[in-house]
Amino acid sequence: MDAQNLTQWIFDTLTGLGLLCLAWMALASSQLIKAIVLFVAFGLLMALTWVRLDAVDIALAEVAIGAGLTGALLLAALAKLTAVQTATSKAAHRSPKDRAARKLYRMPAALLLLVAAGLAYSVLSLPLNSRGLSIEVGANLDASGVGNPVTAVLLNFRGYDTLLEIFVLFLALLGVWSLGSLPPHRIEPAGPVLNTLVVVLAPLLILLAAYFLWAGAHGPGGAFQAGATLGAAGVLLQLAGWKPGPGFARLPWKLILLAGPALFILFALFTLVTGQHLLEYAPERAGILILLLETGATFSIGLTLAALFFGERPDDAEGR
Amino acid sequence: MTLGNYIAAPLLVSGVVFFLAGSAGLLRFPDVYTRLHSLTKSDNVGLGLIVAGLAVQAESWFVVGKLLLVWLLVLLAGASVANLITKGAMQRGIKMWTPKI
Repeated sequence: MDAQNLTQWIFDTLTGLGLLCLAWMALASSQLIKAIVLFVAFGLLMALTWVRLDAVDIALAEVAIGAGLTGALLLAALAKLTAVQTATSKAAHRSPKDRAARKLYRMPAALLLLVAAGLAYSVLSLPLNSRGLSIEVGANLDASGVGNPVTAVLLNFRGYDTLLEIFVLFLALLGVWSLGSLPPHRIEPAGPVLNTLVVVLAPLLILLAAYFLWAGAHGPGGAFQAGATLGAAGVLLQLAGWKPGPGFARLPWKLILLAGPALFILFALFTLVTGQHLLEYAPERAGILILLLETGATFSIGLTLAALFFGERPDDAEGR
Repeated sequence: MTLGNYIAAPLLVSGVVFFLAGSAGLLRFPDVYTRLHSLTKSDNVGLGLIVAGLAVQAESWFVVGKLLLVWLLVLLAGASVANLITKGAMQRGIKMWTPKI
């Protein structure tokens, strides 16, 4: 083993052990805030691992959504949780509720274990040294309209999956909105430092989102990474005290939220009506169609993630 | 080894030293303010040295520009976040550590 191999081996072992260690610490931590910080650290190390595995697309998605936005969402949820707990007196009925809650945990825990076992089984039963479908993807890349195999799979070969994914995100937002209003969210006025940071970063993030969207056609990037970057800009703006105005909260907001799912559905209907297969792209128009769908998806994902962070229906927020 | 490598090696090594010192400070310093102090130093200078070391080995000016951009963004984020954490800690009334003599 030469020196370079040895360093790589040491590096990979350390990241692998670090991942397991961080995952366990995050799960075992009794303080929620500590668990969230550990979860974010886990996401960053996970992204590094994806880079080592040459999966830059997944690394980008992991660092933007897994570590960044999920971390922000968890912190926002924790802030609301603390607000709820202080609003309702908690000390009175502690122990019986705790026991009932613990019983309630068993069901999802068993389900999760089952899913984990199924996943482990399917991963372990994969043939070793298989190249998967990469040869087929490579052979059909020219017909896909894009040069990046990941984008070709996500938007063209398996467009159906992406359609469903976008709807999952949309449903998540509807779920959050239907939970009813929470005690109003107090955001401290931003000081000069945070203001300067946001003034510099928000335009940069929007530019970066446009770059990701464009770069997705031929390299790592795409709608989810671009949308997550856009969502991060939205979260930053909210942290600095920006709120969606009443005019914006009605029609424009809903139109942008629906852009991604609606474009996908329209395209699916169009292919069905014209007698093609569902979501079939004509090779000569595939590139521009993918760009169009991804642009709609980027705006929707960005706004959905920012709205998830905001947490309440914009109409409710206006009422107060 | 080319000339670029000879210039890069000391820069990279001193960058690593800064990161090591910063991590040691983060683990060993007594309170949040001093820990942030050590963390920001290693972020700013350590990453700056590593970026400089990589930049002299870079193949094109485009890569140099990207590396510089990474450094500038980390400088901006690191300094701002350190300030925000300190502000939060002071609002929560976390006392500064004073040495016992």
